[in-house]
Amino acid sequence: MKPILQRYSVHLLLILCGGIITYLAYEEAIGLYTLSVLMFMGVNVILSTSLNLVNGNMGEFSCGHAGFMCVGAYVSSILGVLLFAKDKVFGVPLLDPGLALYCFPLIILAGGLAAAVAGLLVALPSYKTRGDYLAIITIAANYIIISLVENLGVIGGSRGFMGMKKVVNAMNDTIDLPWMVIWVFIFTVLTVWLLRRYNSSTFGKGVSAICQDEVAAEIMSVNTNKVKTITFMLSSGLAGVAGGLFAYIIGYVNPGSFNILKSTEVLVMVYLGGMASLSGAVMSAMFFTVLLELLRPLQIIKWVVIPLLLIIVMQFRPEGIMGNRELSDIFPKLKRFYRFK
Amino acid sequence: MLEIIIQNLINALQWGSFYALIALGYTMVYGVLVLINFAHGDVFMVGAYIAFFVATFILSVLGLPGWIALGLTIPLTMILTAMVGVSLERIAYRPLRRKGAHRLYVVITALMCGLILEHGNLALLGASRKAFPPLIVEHVYTIGGVTFTNLKVAVIVTAILSFFILQWIVTKTKVGMAMRAISYDKFAVPLMGIPIDSIIVITFALGSSFAGLAGILFAMSYPVLEPYMGALIGWKAFIAAVVGGIGDIRGAFLGGFLLGAVEILVVAVFPSTYRDLIAFSVLLIILSIKPTGLFGIAKTTKI
Amino acid sequence: MIMQTPTTSSPSAPVLEIRGLTQRFGGLTALSDFSVTLGHNRLAGLIGPNGAGKTTVFNLVSGFYQPTEGEILVNGQATAGLKPHKVTTLGVARTFQNIRLWNQMTVLDNIRVAQHGKLDYGFLQAVLRTKGYFKCEERIEEEAHELLKIFDLDKFADEFPTNLPYGLQRKLEIVRALSEKPQLLLLDEPAAGLNSVDVQELIRLIQWIHDSFEVTIWMIEHHMDVMMQLCDEIKVIDFGQTIAEGTAEHVRNHPAVISAYLGDDNI
Repeated sequence: MKPILQRYSVHLLLILCGGIITYLAYEEAIGLYTLSVLMFMGVNVILSTSLNLVNGNMGEFSCGHAGFMCVGAYVSSILGVLLFAKDKVFGVPLLDPGLALYCFPLIILAGGLAAAVAGLLVALPSYKTRGDYLAIITIAANYIIISLVENLGVIGGSRGFMGMKKVVNAMNDTIDLPWMVIWVFIFTVLTVWLLRRYNSSTFGKGVSAICQDEVAAEIMSVNTNKVKTITFMLSSGLAGVAGGLFAYIIGYVNPGSFNILKSTEVLVMVYLGGMASLSGAVMSAMFFTVLLELLRPLQIIKWVVIPLLLIIVMQFRPEGIMGNRELSDIFPKLKRFYRFK
Repeated sequence: MLEIIIQNLINALQWGSFYALIALGYTMVYGVLVLINFAHGDVFMVGAYIAFFVATFILSVLGLPGWIALGLTIPLTMILTAMVGVSLERIAYRPLRRKGAHRLYVVITALMCGLILEHGNLALLGASRKAFPPLIVEHVYTIGGVTFTNLKVAVIVTAILSFFILQWIVTKTKVGMAMRAISYDKFAVPLMGIPIDSIIVITFALGSSFAGLAGILFAMSYPVLEPYMGALIGWKAFIAAVVGGIGDIRGAFLGGFLLGAVEILVVAVFPSTYRDLIAFSVLLIILSIKPTGLFGIAKTTKI
Repeated sequence: MIMQTPTTSSPSAPVLEIRGLTQRFGGLTALSDFSVTLGHNRLAGLIGPNGAGKTTVFNLVSGFYQPTEGEILVNGQATAGLKPHKVTTLGVARTFQNIRLWNQMTVLDNIRVAQHGKLDYGFLQAVLRTKGYFKCEERIEEEAHELLKIFDLDKFADEFPTNLPYGLQRKLEIVRALSEKPQLLLLDEPAAGLNSVDVQELIRLIQWIHDSFEVTIWMIEHHMDVMMQLCDEIKVIDFGQTIAEGTAEHVRNHPAVISAYLGDDNI
C-alpha cells in the first residue's frame, strides 16, 4: 500500500487548485478576463479529451464536435431559462429560482444527454463502413444541427438565445460564490476522471482494440458495434456538457459559434496533443486556449499564425506533442502519484 | 409547368457544375493518396482570386478586349492554381508522408493549409469584397418560357467537357493508369518503376487546375469574391464526392450535379434558409442507404 | 491444468457440424456443398492449394461471413445470423493467417481484451468502479496471468507484441484464442513464416494444447509434415470442392490430392 498522502496527492492538489481559483475569483483578485480564459480552458479540456476518445483512442475521424456542443448548449440553455428565469418567450420561471443552484448540474447533464442522443443518431449510419465516412457524416451533422437551430425562430434562430445570465445570477443570489468557475472546474475534473476510468477498464480497452484491428476485436468477442456506440455517445455527450457550460459562461449562444471552425479548433487540440493521449489532450487544450488569447492582438492574422505553427509542429513531431504516450510514460516517477492508463 | 422544370434543371446543372468541378479534385487526390484534401475548397477560392487578378490585369493594364482576356485568363488561372495546389503538396503534405505520419495528421495539415489560405487572403486583401470584371457580354435567351444565358450554357458545357477529358486521362492514359495503380497498392507501384511522387504531383496539378477553372466560372457567374467563398462550397463538394463514391471521377460528377439539383429544388420549394439543412440531410440519407456512394465499390476486408 | 469449463451444450452434439455449406462472392463460388462433423477433442486438418477456399470455411465458421447456403452448428446450436463476437462466446476461437495481435497493447492487455465477451459489468460500472467491476477485473487479470504462465509468456506480460520474436507472436495469438476457453479452436496456418526449429516446437505446442485443454482443434496448414504428425483426420478441398478426406496416410496417397497439388501428369 502506498502512503495515504501519496495516494491522494492528486486529489488534494486538485481540491487545493480549485479552492484557490474559487477564492481568488471570490475576492475578485483575478480579473473577469483571466477568469473567463480559465473557464474556457476547462471547456476546451472537456472538448479535446472527449474528441480524443473517438479520434485518438478509437481511430475514427469525427470532425463535427461543435455540432454536439451546439445541441448541449441549446438544450441546457433553454432548460435553464425555462425553469429558472423570466423570459419574454417562455414567460415566468416554472420553478423557484432559488433551486437553480441545485439543479444546475442536472441541467448541464440534460444537455449532455441530448447531445449523446444526437451522437447516437449520427453514429448509427456509420457502422456499415469504416474509415472516413464518419468524417463526412459528422461534418454534415454539424451543418444540419446549425442550420436546424438557425431555422427555429422560437429559440432565436440565427440571432441567438440569451437569458442564461439570469440563471447564473439566481445561483449567486442563493449562495454568493463564483458558481460558474466552480461548476466548470468540477465538470472538467469529472470528465478527465471519467475518461481515464473508461480507458483503463477492460471494457474501454476494447476501444483501442477496435482502433488497432477491428476484425480481430470482433472475433475476439468484442461487441464492436456496442462499444463504438457507447464510445461515440460518451464523446458527443461530453461535448454537450462542454456546450452547456460554454453557454452559461458567455450567457448567450448563437448557432454561428458552433460552426465548423469551432470543430476545427477542437481537432487541432486533439492532434496537437497526440492521438490517444489523455494527458496530451488536456495539456494541448490548456496550451491552445492560452495561445489563442495571447495572439488575440493579431486579430485576423491570428488564424494565419496558428495553423502555420501547427503545420511546423507537425513537421517536427508528426505524431503530436505527446505521441500516443501519457505524461506518466515520459516521467515514470509520476506513476507513484497518478496513472493515466 | 414543363418550362419551370426545364428552367430549374438548367439552373441545377449550372449550380452543380461548380460542385462537380471541385468534387473532382477531392476525388482524385483521395483516390491516389487516401487523403481528404480539406484545403481544396480554398484552392478553388484562390483560383477565383487569381482569375480576378489576371483578368483585371489583362483588361485594364494591357487593355485587351474581353474575349482575348477570357482566352488568356482560363489557361493562366488554371496553371497558377495548379501551382498553388502542387506547392501545398510539396511544402506541407509530402514531408509528412515521408516521415510516415499518421494519415489523419496529413488531413489536419490540409485543414490548416485551408485556414491559412482563407485568412491569409483576408489579411492581405482585406475584408472588402472584390467585384469580378465582366469578360463576356451576357446574352439572355428565352425559348418557350425558359430563360438562360450564354454564360450558363458555357458553364455546363465546360463542366461536361472537363468530365470527358478527365475520364479519358484516368482511364486511357499511362498517367491515369499509374494513378489507379497507386490507389490499389501504394507499395508495389514504386517497384514497378512508376515515379510515385511525380504521379502525385500530376494528380494535385490536375485537381487544382480544375478547381481554378471552377473558380473562373464561378466568378463570372456570381461576380462577387470573398475569402470564405471556398469553405462552404468545398465542404459540400467533398460530401458530393463521397455521395458519388469517392475515388471515382464519374461519382464526383454525378454527386456534384445531384447536390446542385437538390439545392435548386429546395430553394424552389422552401425558404432559402432551409437549403443547407435539407441538402445535407438528403446526402446523409443517400449515404446511409448506400454507404459506399453511388459509384463506390465496397472494399472487402480480407482476413 | 485443465481450464476448460464446458458451457451449456448437449453432450451428444458434435462440437462442429457443417451441412452443405456454400459461399458465393458475386459470380465466384468460393465454397460449394461443404460438410464436416467434428466430435469432441478431435484434431483435424483442412488442406488444399492456394485459393481453394480454406480460409473461407474458417471465416464462415467464425461468423465473419454469412453463408449463401447450408448451415453451421456449434455444439448443436445454429450460428446463422450471429455476429462473430456471439459465435466466439458459443465456444469458437481462431487465429489468423497474418498475425492479428493488437500491437499497441501489452501482451497482458491482449489477453484481457479478449475476455470482452465474459465481462459481467457494463459502461456504468466501469466508470463508477463498483465492487462487481473490481471482482471481474481481478478475475480476468488473474486468469490472464495464469494462462501466460502456463505458456511461459508471463515474463513478456508488459511487453508490446511487436517486440516479441515472430514465433512467440504466433504462440501469443494461439494463447489469446485459447483464453476464450473455446471448445473449437481454429488455427489458420499457424506454421506460416516459422523456421524448421520453430515448426517442431509448434507441433509439440499444438499437441500439448490438444491433450491438456480438451479442445477440438481444426487447422489449415501448408506444411505437410505438421499435418501428418498432428491430425487424425484431414479434409482436402480444391476450388471450393471437397476432393478427399480421411486419415493423413489415406489423403497423402489420394490421386485427386496429388493432381490438385502437382497438376495432372497425364498431359
